[in-house]
Amino acid sequence: MVMGDLVREVDVAVVGGGPGGYSAAFRCAELGLEAVVIDAGKRLGGVCLHEGCIPSKALLYVAGLISAADRARELGVEFGRPRIALDALRRWKTERVVGRLARGLASVARSKGVEVIGGRAVFESSRGLRVEGDEPQKLRFAHAIVATGSLPVRLPGGAPPSERVMDSTAAVELPEVPERLLVIGGGYIGLELGTVYAALGSRVTVVEMLDGLLPGVDRDLVQPLARRVERLFAAIHLGTRVTELADSGAGVEARLEGREGETFDRVLVAVGRRAQSEGLGLETTRVRPDARGVIPVDECCRTEDPRLYAVGDVTGEPMLAHRAMRQGKVAAEAIAGRPSAFDNRAVPAVVFTDPELAWCGLTEPEAHAAGRPVRVARFAWAASGRAATLGRSDGLTKLVIDPASGRVLGVGLVGPGAGELIAEGALAVENALRAEDLAATIHAHPTLSESFMEAAESLLRGA
Amino acid sequence: MARPFVLPDLGEGLTEAEIVKVLVAEGDLIREDAPLLEVETDKAQVEIPSPMTGRVERVHVQPGQTVKVGQVLITFAEAGELMPRPSPAPPAAAPAPAAVAPPTALPPREAPPAAGRDEGPVPATPATRRLARELGVDLRGIRGSGPGGRIRDEDVRAAAAAPAGREEETGPEAAPAAARPLATAGLEPPPLPAFEKWGPVERAPLSHLRRTIAERMTLSATLVPHVTHFDRADITELGAIIGRNLPAARERGVSLTLTSFLLKAAALALRAHPRFNASLDAQAGELILKRYCHLGVAVATDRGLIVPVLRDVDRKPVMEIARELGALARRVREGKATLEDLRGGTFTISNIGALGGTGALPIINYPEVAILGVARAREEPVVRNGQIVPRRLLPLTLTFDHRVADGADGARFAADIVRRLERPDQLLLEL
Repeated sequence: MVMGDLVREVDVAVVGGGPGGYSAAFRCAELGLEAVVIDAGKRLGGVCLHEGCIPSKALLYVAGLISAADRARELGVEFGRPRIALDALRRWKTERVVGRLARGLASVARSKGVEVIGGRAVFESSRGLRVEGDEPQKLRFAHAIVATGSLPVRLPGGAPPSERVMDSTAAVELPEVPERLLVIGGGYIGLELGTVYAALGSRVTVVEMLDGLLPGVDRDLVQPLARRVERLFAAIHLGTRVTELADSGAGVEARLEGREGETFDRVLVAVGRRAQSEGLGLETTRVRPDARGVIPVDECCRTEDPRLYAVGDVTGEPMLAHRAMRQGKVAAEAIAGRPSAFDNRAVPAVVFTDPELAWCGLTEPEAHAAGRPVRVARFAWAASGRAATLGRSDGLTKLVIDPASGRVLGVGLVGPGAGELIAEGALAVENALRAEDLAATIHAHPTLSESFMEAAESLLRGA
Repeated sequence: MARPFVLPDLGEGLTEAEIVKVLVAEGDLIREDAPLLEVETDKAQVEIPSPMTGRVERVHVQPGQTVKVGQVLITFAEAGELMPRPSPAPPAAAPAPAAVAPPTALPPREAPPAAGRDEGPVPATPATRRLARELGVDLRGIRGSGPGGRIRDEDVRAAAAAPAGREEETGPEAAPAAARPLATAGLEPPPLPAFEKWGPVERAPLSHLRRTIAERMTLSATLVPHVTHFDRADITELGAIIGRNLPAARERGVSLTLTSFLLKAAALALRAHPRFNASLDAQAGELILKRYCHLGVAVATDRGLIVPVLRDVDRKPVMEIARELGALARRVREGKATLEDLRGGTFTISNIGALGGTGALPIINYPEVAILGVARAREEPVVRNGQIVPRRLLPLTLTFDHRVADGADGARFAADIVRRLERPDQLLLEL
């Protein structure tokens, strides 16, 4: 083994360049540790920047423009039918949005002295790994951080090998605007991308195995979205399985449980994501992923191997970029010997549909399931001046409050802009603020943020 | 029946240790001898292995906490009552495809709150939680004085300063590490001015190791009349020998360093000057001469100064010393040194040459009698037989206890070390 002799020593080897990985590497560098990132695509940003959160949000912005222009007709403004230049849209998304952010990350890495090595990392022990691919080499590390993220779950039973059958990665590439699109999976990925394609002109059919959209999410929040997408989508089939998919050459024949066969031009499979811990050589370390591929970690993101840490999607739910980023910083600080812990109470979750959904902390269904007494304050946006001026009154702000102390334990939102508004909820939950604190804080008028104040006040009335 | 595991006797009169890391979680199945905890005692950071194979039922301690010998650290469940290993992921409300998992109310592995207390997350801001981690305070044992029971920085500081066991909520096991004053050496330091008057300040607690260093250096500097002798050794020849033999030594897995030769030279000189290899028993009015020669080497780590000890240096060849030193320094830097690695020294060498400088006056590692300070060797012009020739000179300082030896003794002892360094061939032949 010729390569065996050239072993490079680093303080921290970060495997995977996504939000968890680069946050960890940058924090390591700030703390004086030499960190390198090994990434199969020799890129920083991972799925989130290149084929997930960022490009899908760019497309959802465009979908929002089209939808707003359409709604303007009701308000007396006529734009006419939108004409969509797919090439220009793709170029904007790929170069001006993703490309610009990627160049920014690369320059941050350079300025912090974090090197990015292209290739696939395979652990050979708890102290070393080899990089396979473009830049083969061996690394010996004092610590390693596994940040390999997650992959789309494949359809149970498999999907036919056809470019008409896409996963989310293929769908954000925007290969075309199919006339008929079948979205398998009524979770956030299916609904977000379904919204994009519907706005661009596709007839979208959504099929969900369980009996509601966004399974697991508070029904109070889902309901306004469900009402809206019923109009946006051609059809929504709940409690329905896809029993067969076949590419007939002219389209994909889909058989849905209890229904006639139907033909679609494209199919988007969005049935979830799974932790990616395979093929990493973890068997040579003390890390043992569970049956779902998830690497168990403690509050410092330490695995069972004292030299290995893991952050982000590979550590399981919730698989969210901002959780990975916080974990990455915690892991770096723990390695540097700082008293750091991922002890966050509020991990905000956002679904960027129209209307948006967002929540953090304890949800009302979780409180009921745990038998925990809570007081719930609701403020319907129908009473919000700002919502009225936006022509949107279908929103809701919910506070989940500890009855004894009045502390905000959780916040749920649905409505346009919920993804931005949830920041106040996260601040309140993370800092153990009480409903009275929210009620007595001046919120600018007229804004949607007043709904926090209003909801909190509704609890205090009569007190 | 559950089996408690207590902090074992650490030997040498040590009564307490600070928990650095907890390497297991409740529900873990642990094999015998697998590491359970990392603790820092006196000067060593050691891993405590599991005495048995079993399931961890409860972890009673957390990082930063100071524990006493005999205190329960971990409770093991018997084989018959194994608990299922809790999944570190929050339970998904619905294990559905494409489900957005609900955000976790509790982070993984956070122990469930005690029954009867307020349920849910401890009410404190992230900055207060960070402070609690720094001070080794368990927030679950504190009653918050802020609005709605919110725990404030002052509550955390008060809990850290409270003597163990005073908080009614916390048993002796969960007593937070107290911010106790350093032991003095007879002199009480005068009160400090209020620095806040001149600008913002921050208070950082001392680590266990820092505290130990502070107390021991104060003791030595206060108790022992230090006197220092300066000398320089011409190590041109020694440097050449080391340079020539580096590759050969490396092939045998040994990194040949100047320190290995310093150790050998000092050990041989100590044999000839036994009063520097001794301790003064002030109580008995006697000098305790040690018939063994175990040398300490000061090693800088990211946690602070640690002095591992090499045994019987006078009786080992240089190559063996170099090999042992390499292994010992590695163990220390990785925090894997055992207590045995750090005890029983008779004399200490502090080589700060790697960091530069022209000389240093280290403080004696009490109750030893002397310490050798070594700075960076430099090529300097030296007059030899009327000619100016470049020679490699190594600045040495010998600091010793004036109660035990006088200036002339120190000068002779230092000269002996210098002479041995200047005749490296003899050093290599000596066993």
